[in-house]
Amino acid sequence: MEYASRIFLILLSSILVNNFIMSKFLGICPFLGVSKRVSTAVGMGIAVTFVIAMASLFTYLAQYFILVPLHMEYMQTLAFILIIAALVQFVEMVIKKSSPSLYQALGVYLPLITTNCAVLGVAIMNIEEQYDLLQSLVNGIGGALGFTLAIVLFAGIRERLELSDIPKPLQGFPIAMITAGLMSVAFLGFQGLIR
Amino acid sequence: MSNLKGTFLNGIFDENPIFRLVLGMCPTLALTPAAINGIGMGLAVVFVLSMSNLFISLLRNYISEKIRIPAFVVIIAAFVTIVDMLMHAFVPTLYEALGLYIPLIVVNCIILARAEAFAFKNPPFQSFMDGIGMGLGFTLALTLLGSIRELIGAGSVFGIRLLPMAYEPAIIMILPPGAFFTLGLLLGLLNKVTDRKAEKQPDADCH
Repeated sequence: MEYASRIFLILLSSILVNNFIMSKFLGICPFLGVSKRVSTAVGMGIAVTFVIAMASLFTYLAQYFILVPLHMEYMQTLAFILIIAALVQFVEMVIKKSSPSLYQALGVYLPLITTNCAVLGVAIMNIEEQYDLLQSLVNGIGGALGFTLAIVLFAGIRERLELSDIPKPLQGFPIAMITAGLMSVAFLGFQGLIR
Repeated sequence: MSNLKGTFLNGIFDENPIFRLVLGMCPTLALTPAAINGIGMGLAVVFVLSMSNLFISLLRNYISEKIRIPAFVVIIAAFVTIVDMLMHAFVPTLYEALGLYIPLIVVNCIILARAEAFAFKNPPFQSFMDGIGMGLGFTLALTLLGSIRELIGAGSVFGIRLLPMAYEPAIIMILPPGAFFTLGLLLGLLNKVTDRKAEKQPDADCH
């Protein structure tokens, strides 16, 4: 029972309290790049969730079954990034075969998931917090869901922003940042949720 | 060699990675509650960027087009691991402060973007200078952001209290929202000052 509540807390933490984009600043690049339309944002979110889930699994296995037994923890960065790159390639192939329309919709954003700070960040975080396999998966998926939440919300706002009258120096990137800041203030409200 | 100097200055002003190219946002926002973190991270990036640019440029005739991205990643990851270990050994407090973001240098868009756009196509010493220039531009931007946030958010810069004790710090500047606001407003200010037309939406393409 205690274990189950711990899992629930990890989930809550990764989605809301320590939201990847709003609190930990992981995954900012795609956040700013993909969030101009809600539909793209949703697609990206799903792809990222899938990649992070697989990455959490494989990096966990790699760490505890290969790196640690061989005393090669210093290879962690290299090993993890290679696993992630391979995973993204694999996911790309799978999506291309199984759902060509989704593949078209995601387009260039799929390979970009490799450089998404969030994926590598989650993998390293799982090891640092010494989560077991289930906890790692929950942390990863929760984080990805939080990422999806933030990016979809932001896309919705940005779609409206495009129709607004914004002073010239602030157009584009600056106003996006300020909007993100306001969203971040809102997310601060979750801070007290978990001790 | 004015060409080298041009390349070097380019990274600091014309094509400053944070303010002009809008790359490498993750560490920029995360690490700037204090100015000193900015310098620490910036110098780590200078090292990784210049060395990886150098090596990629040296090997550019031997890396095939098709596997260049994985090749870049391996080279960059190697240097990130080196800098990680060096920092752990020589500056442990800074290492603790930067934490997760040191290994994340490997997915820092700046490094991959420069490898692709510059190092792969230019001679070694030039690439090395580009790396240093970009890295220093990055460091400058981070330090500037960090100083602003630290000043308003804690009344100090580099730990030295500058504002009078009567000043009530605006804690929000040290928290995540502060990062977004400061960067957004700074960029808006820069746009106004340099009188550029509204920037084209930044591309998230780091490849």
